[in-house]
Amino acid sequence: MTSILTNLFDGVAYGMLLFVLACGLAVTLGLMNFVNLAHGAFAMAGGYVCMVLVNRMGWPFFAALPLAFVSAAAIGIVLERTLYRHLYARSHLDQVLFTIGLTFMSVAAVDYIQGSSRVFINLPAALQGQFDVLGVGIGRYRLMIIVICGLLTIGLQMVLAKTRFGSRLRAAVDDPRAASGLGINVPQVFAFTFAFGCGLAGLGGALSAEILGLDPYFPLKFMIYFLIVVTVGGSSSITGPFLASLLLGIGDVAGKYYVPKMGPFVIYTMMIVILIWRPNGLFGRTAAR
Amino acid sequence: MSASSDVGFHAQRQARWHYGEAAFWLIVLACGFAFPTRYLIMTDILRLALFAMSLDLVLGYAGIVSLGHAAFFGVGAYAAGLLALDGIVNEPVLALVVAGLVAMVLGFATSFLVIRGADLTRLMVTLGIALLLEALAERFSNLTGGTDGLQGIEMQPIFGEIPFDMFGKTGFFYSLAVLFLLFLFARRVVHSPFGLSLRAIKNNPLRAAAIGIPVNRRLIAIYTLAAFYAGIAGALFTQTTAIASLDVFAFERSADLMLVLVIGGTGYLYGGLVGAVLFRMLQELFSTITPQYWQFWIGLVLVVIVLIGRQRLHRWVLYLPNLVIKQIAGRKAVVAVPESDA
Repeated sequence: MTSILTNLFDGVAYGMLLFVLACGLAVTLGLMNFVNLAHGAFAMAGGYVCMVLVNRMGWPFFAALPLAFVSAAAIGIVLERTLYRHLYARSHLDQVLFTIGLTFMSVAAVDYIQGSSRVFINLPAALQGQFDVLGVGIGRYRLMIIVICGLLTIGLQMVLAKTRFGSRLRAAVDDPRAASGLGINVPQVFAFTFAFGCGLAGLGGALSAEILGLDPYFPLKFMIYFLIVVTVGGSSSITGPFLASLLLGIGDVAGKYYVPKMGPFVIYTMMIVILIWRPNGLFGRTAAR
Repeated sequence: MSASSDVGFHAQRQARWHYGEAAFWLIVLACGFAFPTRYLIMTDILRLALFAMSLDLVLGYAGIVSLGHAAFFGVGAYAAGLLALDGIVNEPVLALVVAGLVAMVLGFATSFLVIRGADLTRLMVTLGIALLLEALAERFSNLTGGTDGLQGIEMQPIFGEIPFDMFGKTGFFYSLAVLFLLFLFARRVVHSPFGLSLRAIKNNPLRAAAIGIPVNRRLIAIYTLAAFYAGIAGALFTQTTAIASLDVFAFERSADLMLVLVIGGTGYLYGGLVGAVLFRMLQELFSTITPQYWQFWIGLVLVVIVLIGRQRLHRWVLYLPNLVIKQIAGRKAVVAVPESDA
């Protein structure tokens, strides 16, 4: 019983992490209809920035986290303004090729700069180990992830639902032409959203070094996970991807624990079944553009 | 002239063999005699060309974007390996066909998943299938050899007559023969009414359905055929290199394949062949400059190609040859890459 609860807890932490990593992609892919397979590269960038700051320059972990966000967002906005925006109107094939190219470049570049082995971020002692609550083992680090990601999710939902920017974004997504007709600067809204999504990915990358492992092949290894979150979750709100991430996280952890030999088999099967059952995602709108 | 016979006239004229095509194949054949020390790399190029042709059938003609074409390659590779290793089918040509058929069955089964949904769902499902198969191959390591792959495959002579030699000469001509035969068949298929209907579907599925083309059935058919081709390419890989390892399913293989097609151009069958040659040359070049980081340059090539625009690039590339052709054979003979956005 307790092992089930521990697994559930780990799964939730994992799922929350996936959500932070992938929710930027939910915006670009789901809302802006841009297939960005290079999303993991931004996460990796954030992770490596955090690693360098903490391990080499001795920054405290919690001070490095915001910087992981900022640096990934900065890279995101530069790339969006220089490269990505030319491709919004192109075919999906072009977008796929372009972002695969970017991914390959990022993998080789990080390999060149930092070496190909897995890196670890030195965690403060307060985050290490675990404690028991009613016999359920709770990892401190995972608890922190749940807290941070939970707050982020609530914050995002509030921003989207309550603020002026949120309503602009929703308008731009629903109908870019009508939105720009109303005086909304659609490219600017998209650029900002893209950068913010990249920043979240960077933050997620920094947080995930401990759990998912951080090495130059991160963007390729986890690309499928991000895509699963978005396609399964749909894109009509952030609740869909959120629930999909939790489902994926819990499913993956449980799958690895209870049927370790089947490995990643469980989630791929889950994804294919869900996509066959509902091609537009579990919580998606029916009319895909 | 009525509309239908007009269409038939144009289709037939397009389907006719050009001198350029005959020259192309003669050059390929001549390469086999001209570079007797390079059989291994040339065989590799032929395999890649066949594999790319398979993707061209689904991407260039039917407009299905697939990120997991390595699935069929891998299944063909393992099937050929297991057939030879367990001595089920010893004769290579027969084993090749059987391996292709195994991949074809898989292609048929998965085509129902692929035709559902839009581009994005297709990307995901194809990618997912390839990853699933990779996971399966790793899981059933008693059958597939796990991460070590299949080792100790010994190929019997072709037709019981022609043995594989260590320089790869047999392998090269064997691969070339297979490629040429399959090319002939593909050429026949894409110029048939069936092939024309595929192009209609690619351009506008809704309109194609409205004029009475059974869209889903056509897509299933071409996807299945492409799976057969990819399976054959995989089987050739195993037969000519005598190994099959997990990386036959790797995502990089599918991604590289995309690059091959992008370099060569889609929708005229030769794209895969030309692209395979150029891709391998690029790869050789990059790995001599930076052995460990050639992937960076491959990525850069992809990015640059997309940013410039594939169609514009092909126009540039063909500018000079066409200038020459125009002088010699007149305006009508110029080569154009019939490429619309997939």
